[in-house]
Amino acid sequence: MTAPAASFRSSPRVAVEPALLPWCAFVVLSALCLVLKADFPWLVTFPKEWTLPLAPTINAATDAVVTVVQPAFRALSAVLDAPMRGARLVLVWLPWPAVMLAVAALALKSSGIRLAAFALLALAYILLAGYWPQSMSTLSLVLLAVPISTGLGFALGVLGHGSARLRPALLGALDLMQTVPAFAYLIPLLLLFGFGPVVGLIASAIYATPPMVRNTMLGLDRVPSDIGEAGLMSGCTRRQQFWQVEVPTALPQILVGFNQTTMAALSMVIVAAIIGGFEDIGWEVLSSMRKAEFGQSILSGLVIALLAILIDRLTIGFAKQRPSGPTAAMIWMTGRRLVMALLLAAVLAIAIRLIWPDGSWLPVGGLRMQVGGINQWLLGLVRDYAWFFDGLRNGVLYCLLLPLRIGISGAAVPAIWGFSFSPTANAAYFVAVLLATALLLHRVSWRPALAVLVAGTLLYTGFLGFPWPVFILGIALLAFQVAGLRLALFAAAGFLLILVNGLWGALIQSLYLCTLAVLLCLVIGGALGVWAAYSERASRALRSVCDALQTMPQFVFLIPALMFFKVGEFTALIAIMLYAIVPPIRYVEHGLRHVRADIVEAVEQMGATPVQTLLQAKLPLALPVVMLGLNQTIMAALSMLAIAALVGTRDLGQAVYVALGKADAGMGLIAGLSIAFLAILADRLIQAAVAGRATG
Amino acid sequence: MNIVTPSIKLACRNVWKVYGRRPAYYFDSRGYIIEPDALAERLRAEAHLPAVVDATFEVATGEIFVIMGLSGSGKSTLVRCLSRLVEPSAGEILLDGQDLLKASGKELIELRRHAMGMVFQNFGLLPHLTILGNVAFPLKIQGKPVKEREARAREMIALVGLEGREASFPHQLSGGQQQRVGIARSLAVGPELWFLDEPFSALDPLIRRQMQDEFLRLQRMLKKTIVFITHDMAEAFRLADRLAIMRAGKIVQIGRPADIVLNPADDYVAQFTEDMPLLRVITAGDLAAPLEGAAAPDETITADTSLEELIPRLASGVRAFSVAGEGDAPPALLTAASVLAVLEREQKRRTRS
Repeated sequence: MTAPAASFRSSPRVAVEPALLPWCAFVVLSALCLVLKADFPWLVTFPKEWTLPLAPTINAATDAVVTVVQPAFRALSAVLDAPMRGARLVLVWLPWPAVMLAVAALALKSSGIRLAAFALLALAYILLAGYWPQSMSTLSLVLLAVPISTGLGFALGVLGHGSARLRPALLGALDLMQTVPAFAYLIPLLLLFGFGPVVGLIASAIYATPPMVRNTMLGLDRVPSDIGEAGLMSGCTRRQQFWQVEVPTALPQILVGFNQTTMAALSMVIVAAIIGGFEDIGWEVLSSMRKAEFGQSILSGLVIALLAILIDRLTIGFAKQRPSGPTAAMIWMTGRRLVMALLLAAVLAIAIRLIWPDGSWLPVGGLRMQVGGINQWLLGLVRDYAWFFDGLRNGVLYCLLLPLRIGISGAAVPAIWGFSFSPTANAAYFVAVLLATALLLHRVSWRPALAVLVAGTLLYTGFLGFPWPVFILGIALLAFQVAGLRLALFAAAGFLLILVNGLWGALIQSLYLCTLAVLLCLVIGGALGVWAAYSERASRALRSVCDALQTMPQFVFLIPALMFFKVGEFTALIAIMLYAIVPPIRYVEHGLRHVRADIVEAVEQMGATPVQTLLQAKLPLALPVVMLGLNQTIMAALSMLAIAALVGTRDLGQAVYVALGKADAGMGLIAGLSIAFLAILADRLIQAAVAGRATG
Repeated sequence: MNIVTPSIKLACRNVWKVYGRRPAYYFDSRGYIIEPDALAERLRAEAHLPAVVDATFEVATGEIFVIMGLSGSGKSTLVRCLSRLVEPSAGEILLDGQDLLKASGKELIELRRHAMGMVFQNFGLLPHLTILGNVAFPLKIQGKPVKEREARAREMIALVGLEGREASFPHQLSGGQQQRVGIARSLAVGPELWFLDEPFSALDPLIRRQMQDEFLRLQRMLKKTIVFITHDMAEAFRLADRLAIMRAGKIVQIGRPADIVLNPADDYVAQFTEDMPLLRVITAGDLAAPLEGAAAPDETITADTSLEELIPRLASGVRAFSVAGEGDAPPALLTAASVLAVLEREQKRRTRS
């Protein structure tokens, strides 16, 4: 009996997974490229002579098209300009007591007395801070953009729900609308519509429509079949079925879409201030930031934050039913009383304007004129604690940013780290990486081993020193194995397009900035999420912080980052992280809290310590949810790139921003599409990975 | 037995429903008859799903016709074919002798507005309407004035015993109450044909029992023609005048409950009905024989008395019962021997299994 068994064991044939083979070739090729890169510099920096002049071609085409269609669009612009002026005039004309009365009434109806109180306080702050007219301008733009986006989004959503053939195209368009930074399409919009606030309106309509489309589709798709059939059996005609059965049933979801659309419109209206020409609150923030008036930028940033929270809570109150039922105030504020209150506000407005036709009724100057002291104090604070802020910045810059960008080989020079690597240290690093690889290969499997090997190499050469053929090949191979040939081709084509357009450098800058931001967000946010999963109090505190962070227009995050850390890549990193840290916190907490209780009980019953339970049971089980959080983090980081370009980066966002300044439509579109490409690629990769895990 | 053939309300002839890439391909040769089982086999082999296979049955006016089967047996698809919520691939569905499948979209809407009512497993109540609004909904769709439809809706709500809850919303009601609303809504237009698709399956067993009683009470009052879908055998046997058992899309047996337990068509039905107590399913009417001149015994019972109820009276020494006939029909005779024969048979079933 023992003899055959022994003979089986004596011939250990290592089963080589078919998936591993291409990676072996990949490692050999990488090594070859790394060795040869000194002799062939084109392996690292794509030569300028090889680029294709795609942007000028696009520009020529755009120019040709624009000259033909411009009159039509200018006419449209003029048409849109009238209601915009009208809305703005009306809102600015409205005396503030009337606005407050109307908003408070709406807040009472939406979610009760607390929101009404908050609304009054927020509006009072805006008034006293002296940003009333600017806020009303912003609001007028939002009030115009929202109906456009909502109407368009609803129509497209119905179309997508009804037609299985249109749906893929529609979803692709939505992906692009949400991932191409607005700055990129601002240029063609500017060319078409001319300089002015109408462009901001159109841009925000483009950016704000997708959530409405998605939620409309989702809501209609999710109408329970029983309800749909009950409608049909009641004898509904097609139209009755749609308006009286499907839409009302899907309404809660559609209203969620309305809420998201409104928030997106607000965010975009504020970003569109970058093109100026409109006295709104975004412009206030931007100009005070540019003048380094931190007091003013904080005051006006707070206005944006308060407006955002107010609009969010108002719309969400109408969208979602409170689990505890309506409050007494909400019941008191019946539809009729609401109409009465709004009419009263209108009458009040007319009366005030008739009696005091010239009175602006605004506090003279407002707080913003008295912030010289605050400015001084803030500047003093930053100066006094410079050791801390500078230390933090330099620490991260030298220990994280630079090594990632130019690699250990580049950072270990006297100018940066104060010393250079000796050949022995270099060798030791390589040996350590190889050892770790071998250990993982032996103990776990080839996948983590390969990851360590690649990471080790990347850390040594830096993102900038990594040969591009290796990079493109690696990503394409990964895409092929995770999601199939189509995504691999998509990845390769996208990277090649970026390459021939001479944007490789900017791409790598974006990649390393985003990678670092995402990693830090995962570590910090993940830790916070674990904390929140274990502590009710932490959960409550973090939830309100996350709510606030998520409601803010992206623009606001620049203010504190810029104030404490001045212009630079680190500031961009902080701004990106502030925006992208919410998903890991939320998803890690949610994932951990919803791990199946019976499994956790079984593990605890076996005598696992709390740490073992967390690391060996809960986290692995929560992984799919955490992956979704990772996906959201990457999306957030990429979408923040274009905004972060305002505080000085050298990435794709900056390329978009520079193109905007030069009205270079071609370059702007290509750089914008590159960011969208990165976002869509990351999204598909992660979704395929999650789906792959789920199916086996 | 002397049963007057009742008029046929709904007839279903050779109805097929096939899902797949091109189901029409298999049914375009009119008049060409093919063995249903062979066709079903071929459909499966060619990546099509025959959900309903050659269903043929008739439902008499005022009858409760129960279709029973396990989940996935095609019973819900079949009832949806009857109301054309699902378009059948082939066959005929005759409502009062008119082919439903030939009705235009407009005619179909008219039929649904007046001739059919349907109750759904998950109630299908509109979440944004009150109870009153939900029950009045079919009338609103028809454009009836507010006063008229609300009066009718209140009447229906009272019928199912939900007075006082008119202003509530569906999510404020329990499952049983929600299904009462579903029943009230389906009856609001006064349909003659009433489809119930697993109406009580989502409810707790105790509530389910109550609702079945309620259903029988309503039916005694309203005398609708009913097609009732269920996967619960006890429910099926309890409610059915006649029942059909489905398996893999095919109706394997149709008959009165007693027929099915006494003469199962195949092993599947036999196994399926194994746990149904014969004495409870079989009624006096099922066993009664004509008097043939003999004098009617003194002990008189109704035809729907179950044998189970007779046991104590047999024990007290009664030898024969006179089973009252329907209407003017003469009474029939039920002997103790025939009841005891069933008891013996039941004993054998128990010991075998």
